[in-house]
Order: sequence, then C-alpha cells, then structure tokens
Amino acid sequence: MSLLTQNRPPTASRRRPLAGLVARRRGLETRRQIAGWLFLLPALVIFGLFAWWPIVRGFALAFQRTNLVDPAQWVGFDNFRAVLDDPLAATAVKNTAIYVGLALAIGFPAPLILASVMSTVRRGAGLYRFLVYLPVVIPPTVAILLWKWFYDPGSGLFNSLLGEVGLGPYPWLDSPHTALASLVLEATWAGMGGAVLIYLAAMAGIPGELYEAAEMDGSGVWRRIWHVMLPQLRPVIGLLLLVQLISTIQVFTEPYLFTGGGPQNATMTVLLLIFRYAFQNGEYGQAAALTTLMVLTLAVLSAVYLRATRSWSRT
Amino acid sequence: MSTPSAFPTTFIASGRQGPAARAATRSIQAATLILLLAAGIGPLYWMVKGAVSPPAQTVAHPLAVWPGQARFANFSTAFHELGIGHYLLNTLIVVSGSWAVQLFVSVTAGFALSVLRPRFGKVVYAMILATMFVPYTVNLVSLFLTIIDVPIIHVDLADTYWALWLPAGASAFTVLLAKQFFDSLPRELFDAAHVDGCSTRHLLTKIVLPMSRPVLAVISLLAVTHSWKEFVWPLVALTDPNKQPISVALSQLSGQAPQDQLIAAMVMAAAPPIVVFAVFQRQIVAGLGFTGVKG
Repeated sequence: MSLLTQNRPPTASRRRPLAGLVARRRGLETRRQIAGWLFLLPALVIFGLFAWWPIVRGFALAFQRTNLVDPAQWVGFDNFRAVLDDPLAATAVKNTAIYVGLALAIGFPAPLILASVMSTVRRGAGLYRFLVYLPVVIPPTVAILLWKWFYDPGSGLFNSLLGEVGLGPYPWLDSPHTALASLVLEATWAGMGGAVLIYLAAMAGIPGELYEAAEMDGSGVWRRIWHVMLPQLRPVIGLLLLVQLISTIQVFTEPYLFTGGGPQNATMTVLLLIFRYAFQNGEYGQAAALTTLMVLTLAVLSAVYLRATRSWSRT
Repeated sequence: MSTPSAFPTTFIASGRQGPAARAATRSIQAATLILLLAAGIGPLYWMVKGAVSPPAQTVAHPLAVWPGQARFANFSTAFHELGIGHYLLNTLIVVSGSWAVQLFVSVTAGFALSVLRPRFGKVVYAMILATMFVPYTVNLVSLFLTIIDVPIIHVDLADTYWALWLPAGASAFTVLLAKQFFDSLPRELFDAAHVDGCSTRHLLTKIVLPMSRPVLAVISLLAVTHSWKEFVWPLVALTDPNKQPISVALSQLSGQAPQDQLIAAMVMAAAPPIVVFAVFQRQIVAGLGFTGVKG
C-alpha cells in the first residue's frame, strides 16, 4: 500500500479487498500498480509529447535562434530585446489590453443580467436557453464571415438598420477607432451563451429559503439580488471572470479573419503578432519570447485570482 | 411558505407580486425573448436569405425580409464547385479522429487515476491539470515545432491528420471530468470485481463504462464541438489545401468566391453543428451546468 492510502481516514478501509490473505493482497497490489501505469500510458505519451514538451521547448526556444534546418543557437535575451524594441509589440499589447477591457465591460455583466432574467422564466425556459446558446455552436469562421458582411459600411445589415432610424453610417471595421469595438461586439455575441448557462445552473443551486427569509425581513427584489443572489454567486463570478480574462487575452481568430490586424494596426493583438513573427517572418525565437511574456502575464493573473478567492472564502 | 414546485425559488421569492410588479416582470421577460430571437435566429435567417438571393438584390435591398426569387442552386454550386462537400468530409475526418483520441485518453487516464490509483498518480494528475493554465493557442509555435519533428520517434506530422488528432487528446479538462465522475462510482463494486478475479480491462469495459454514459456523452460533445470549431491549429498544421477542414477552407475562399456562393457554403458549414445542438440540446445544457458547478 502506498503512503497515501495508509494515511487515509478509517472509512477508507472498506476499499480494501475483503480477503485477509496478506500475500494475495500484496500480489493484487503489484498488479494494480502495473495496471495503473499501463492505463496512464496514453495520457503520459499524449500530454508528454503535445503539452509538457512544447511548454519546455517553447521556454527554451525563447532564448534560441533557429531556422528549423540548422541546429538552434543560444542567444541569451536577444529575442526578448528584439520584441521589446519592436514598436508593433507595444501596439499589440495596448490593443490586447483595450480588447480585454472592452470585452469585460460588455461581455462580463451581460450574461449575468441575461441569466438573472432567464432564471425567473417559468414557461418556455428551454426556448430561452436554446436561443442564448445558439450562437456558440456556430463555427467561428462562419460567424466572423457573417458579421463581416453585416458590418459592410455600404450595404451591410447594421448600417441599413441604423440608417432606418437616422443613425450612421458607421465605418465599423474600416476605422481604427471602431474596429476593436466591432470585434468585441461579435465575440461577445458568439461567446456569451456558455456563461449564461453556467450562471443559470449556479442560480438554480441557491437555496430558496435565503430569498424567502430576506423577503420576510422586508427586503425588495433589488436588495434580494444584491444581498442574497450576488454573494451566493461570488465563486462562479470569480471563476468566469478569470476564464474570460484568459480567453480574451488570447484573441486571435477575430482580428485574423475580420481585419488581419488593420486598419493601421488598430487590431494587431499579441497572439496575431506571435503568429506573424513565427509563420510570416520565420522568427520562431521572437515568437517564443513574446509567448513567454504572455504566459507570465497569465500566471500572474491566475495567482491574483487564487489570492483573491482565498481572501473571499475567509470573509 | 412556498409550495413545492419543479422550479427553484429565485430572487422573486414567494412570487406574491403586485399586479404592477408582475406586469414589469412579464415585460422584461418578453423583451429578453425578443432580443434573444433577434440575436439567435436573426443572423442565421439573414445568412440563409443571403444564400438564396441574387447578390445584386442583397446589395440593393439589404433589409428585404423575403428573397425576391429564391434560388437554391447556390447550394449545389458551392457543394460541387467550391468543393464544400470535400471540405466537410475533411472536417468529419478531423472531428472523428480527435474525438476518438480525446475520449480514449480521458477515459483511460480517468480510470487509472480514480480507480487504480498507482503510486505518484497524484503527481501526474497535478501535471495534467497544470496544462489548463497554458492553453495551447499560446503554445502554437512550439507545438508546431513539435509536430514537424516529434521527439524520440522523429517523424514529421505536418500535413497529416495525426497533427490534429494527437494534440486533441491533451485535454486536461476532459480528463478531470472523467476522473471526477469515476470518483463518484461506488468503490465496493471494483473491490468485489477484483476479488472475483475480474481483469482490469474488464473492470473498465464491463463495469465502469456502462455506468458512465452521462460523462462519456459530455466528453464526446465537448470534443466534437471543440474540434468542429477549431481554426488556428488546422490553419498552422495543415497547409495542403486538399486536406483542410471547412473552417480553414472558408477563410481561404472568402476572398475569391462569389458572395452568394460563399454564404451558401457558410450555411452548409454551420448546419451540422446546429442540427447536433438541436438534437442533443438537453445533454449539452446539462453538461455545461455540470461542468460549471464542478469547475
């Protein structure tokens, strides 16, 4: 038996085979160890080759220069210096930060509000859920090409609709001032459904007595939302916030397909620049250096999240 | 006190609202439904309309609700001449291989970590979970360098479907789902089977898997939807236009094909996942709730 199993509380003992034969148990135990590692083998191979190794390789690559043919050379911090000296990298970081900020401002409260309304729906709740999740199942390439057509300044759906009520025409993707916001709008539409369903599930798990007690204490609907529902949802809100941050920082498909980074680099994001370094300029080392900086940012964010949730659970 | 009902009590609490409050609730719900219809069905309807309308009409009357004279020929033109049928088949190959690898890896790893519990299994589990914090889009470049020269065996997987199938298996989240589900199964059953001389393989296939249909369904749906939507990785790993899945092919076609044919192609690319969602809606919604509560 491993140390771990021996330290388990007594209730765990029912897990052991009923037979009291020590020798037989030892034989079973060895077989279980071997079988355990055999069944872990596929995961070890797949994660080893396609998750753990690339992480290590990427970190090393950040300090190397390679053209994929000759052996790689170690170049110290040259790649980092090249990235930090690249004005485009500063633009990409700035754009990504604005994108993440906008995506939070629009995409964070919207699913929470939608889920709150949907949680009160009795008849037709399934229809609401179907509709809210429908955009999520549309492949991103299709969704983006569709919205690109809607955004068309001349004959696009959006300007035509807004024109009917005397607004616009707006340049949408064609202006450096509105391009990023246009990407966020589509991404919010495309990604919101998952968050809504997770909030709905969490809301259904809140004990109804809490609301009833608050009601008897004379608190109105808004106070029940603010003082009962939101505090109960805090762990889920925190988790979804982190997930959203991590996924929006990696935004790639939207700028790649909508604008290719333009106009005037207004939608050049960090991942798009990494892609350009590696697959257009062949600067794999620089791409890896920028990736490393990005992973560090993600790690810091996750650490902040862990600290924050720990202090929440204490209060 | 409220009467027991199938619905959980919400912030509306007892539901004893005045007529004004009830009217307000109703109108907010109705407004939300209209908004959701516009956001959910609206774009899809416009896409289908665009696919069957002559391009000149789409440009001249973008707000027309009905296509002037619907022409369904665009679908067959796109299917045959733009090669959409071929690209859809490629997607099917990508999706089924990725699904098989991901399901196999998640189930075997979950089974080993939950039921067999080998020594240092917890270390392996922690290392698997750690990869959730380094999403592979971030690892794009080094993953590409890995597949063009796989360590140890030194083969080049670029432009083969293995380059998509194998990395799909490195999905920490579905391993976590499998392990957590297996953790909830009664262990007495495994011990009894062991004592009865049941082999480990039969323990998995005859006892664990038949009880695990819900989690197998969730993992399958996650795997299929994820690989159907995948864009960046196939774009990098498959440069041969004949092998590309529909997601990548559409982006290449978008500059060249006539707009109405392109939109018809988009309809055909979106239809299969929408149909799958419509059929498996209940399982997908339950799966998401499950993952949300667990996660």
